[in-house]
Amino acid sequence: MTNAVEIEGVWKYYGDFPALRNIALTAAQGECIALLGRNGAGKTTLLRIAAGLLRPAKGSVHINGGIGWLGHGIGVYEELSAYENLVVFGQLHGVADPKKTATHWLERTGLDRVADALVREFSRGMRQRLAVARAFLHDPQVVLFDEPFTSLDDRAIRLLQTLFGEAIAQGRTVIMSTHQLREAMELATHVAMIQRGSLVHFGPRTAEMLADPGYLYRTYGES
Amino acid sequence: MKTLRQALVITRKDLRAELRTKETLNAAVSFSISVLLLFSFALDPTPDQTAEIGGGVLWMIFLFAGTLVFNRSFARELPNDCLDALVASPASSAAIFLGKCFAGFSMMLIVEVLSLPVFVLFFGGRIMDHPGQLSVTLLLATWSVTIMGTTFSALTVNLRLRELMLPVLVYPMLLPAMLAAFRLLTMLVAGQAIGSEDLQWLRVLFGFDLIFTCLALALADSILVN
Repeated sequence: MTNAVEIEGVWKYYGDFPALRNIALTAAQGECIALLGRNGAGKTTLLRIAAGLLRPAKGSVHINGGIGWLGHGIGVYEELSAYENLVVFGQLHGVADPKKTATHWLERTGLDRVADALVREFSRGMRQRLAVARAFLHDPQVVLFDEPFTSLDDRAIRLLQTLFGEAIAQGRTVIMSTHQLREAMELATHVAMIQRGSLVHFGPRTAEMLADPGYLYRTYGES
Repeated sequence: MKTLRQALVITRKDLRAELRTKETLNAAVSFSISVLLLFSFALDPTPDQTAEIGGGVLWMIFLFAGTLVFNRSFARELPNDCLDALVASPASSAAIFLGKCFAGFSMMLIVEVLSLPVFVLFFGGRIMDHPGQLSVTLLLATWSVTIMGTTFSALTVNLRLRELMLPVLVYPMLLPAMLAAFRLLTMLVAGQAIGSEDLQWLRVLFGFDLIFTCLALALADSILVN
C-alpha cells in the first residue's frame, strides 16, 4: 500500500524550545489518524508542518496528493459570501467547474440557503461548516484538520463524521488533532499521541480505546 | 500562466472585498484629497512655486496614501487565518504575492486618478500637458511603491506595530525610485516634456521595478512560509 503521508525525523524549535522532537509517522491511503495530546503538546505544529505552513528544523514531510487543510482559523473571508469563498478556493485549487462544485458543497454542508450571505453574518457553527466545505472542495487525497469538532453542535459533528467517513471509504487519508476523544475514536483507524513534543504512542486504534477513549491519557500519566 | 491565473483570482478577491467595505479606498482617497487641500491653503502657491514644488508634493501625498493601502494588503488575510488557507492551497507563494501586488496597485491608481483633478484645481500647473509621459511615470513609480509596500506588508503582517513599521521600513528602501519620481513629476507639473537627457530617471524607475520585482518573487516563499 502506498503511503499518503510520510513524516520522518521532524524537529521544530521555537527559539531554543523544542516544540517537536524527532517525530516519525506514516499514514497509508484510507487511514485516519487521531492525533491526541494536551494543549501545547505539539499537535498543531506537526499539522502545520505537514500542511506546508511551517518548515521543520530537521526532518522531512512527504505528502502524496493534494491537501485539504482546516486549522484553528476557518480560512474563509468575512467580506465574501459563502458561495464566493468556495468559488475563490475552487479556482485556486484548479477545480474544473468551481461554480458547480461550490454549489454542490454548499448543499452538502447545509449552507445552500445562505449561499449569498456574507460570512460575517454567519454563526460559529455555520462558519465551521463552510470551512469544512472549503477543505473538501477540491477532492484532496490528504485531509489535515486541527480540532475540527470545536464549537460544533451535535448535528454539525454528525455531518463532519459522515464526511470524514466517506473520505476514508474513498481511500483518502485523514489526520486530525482533537480533544473530542469519543468522536475521534469512532473514526480513527490509528491513534498517535504527542507528549511535550515527542510521539509517545502510534499504532492502530484498539477496541479498548473505542470503549474507553481516555485510556491512552491514563496510560501515559496525563489523566 | 497558472501563476498569473491564480494571482488574478487573488486580485479579484481582494478588490471585491475592498469594494464591499471601501475601508482602504475611503481612507486613502480622503487622506490624499484633504492633504492636497491643506497644502494648497497653507502654501497658496503661485504658478512658479507649483512648477517648483508641485511634483514633490503630489508624489509625497501618493506615497503616504500608498502606505494606507499596503498596510491592509496582507492584514486583510489575518481574520480567520485566511493566509494559511492560501498558503496551503496549490497557489504558489509568487502567485499569492503577485495577486496582492495587483490589488494594491489597482487601489493606488484609483487614489491617484481621483486626486489628480483636485491637484489641478487647487495647484494649477500643467501636469496634463503630456498625458502619455505622466501615465508612464505614474505607472512605474506606483509599481515601485507597490512592490516594496507588498513585500514589507507581508514581512510585518504578524507584528503588533505593523502600521508603524511599514512606513519606517518602506520609505528608506524607496529612496532611489522616489528621487526619480520627484524629478520626473516636477518636470511634468512644470509642463516640460521628459527629454532624452532625463530618460535616465525613467531608467532608474524601470530598473528599480525590475530588480525588486524579481527579488520579491524569488523570496516570496521564504516570506510567506514560517
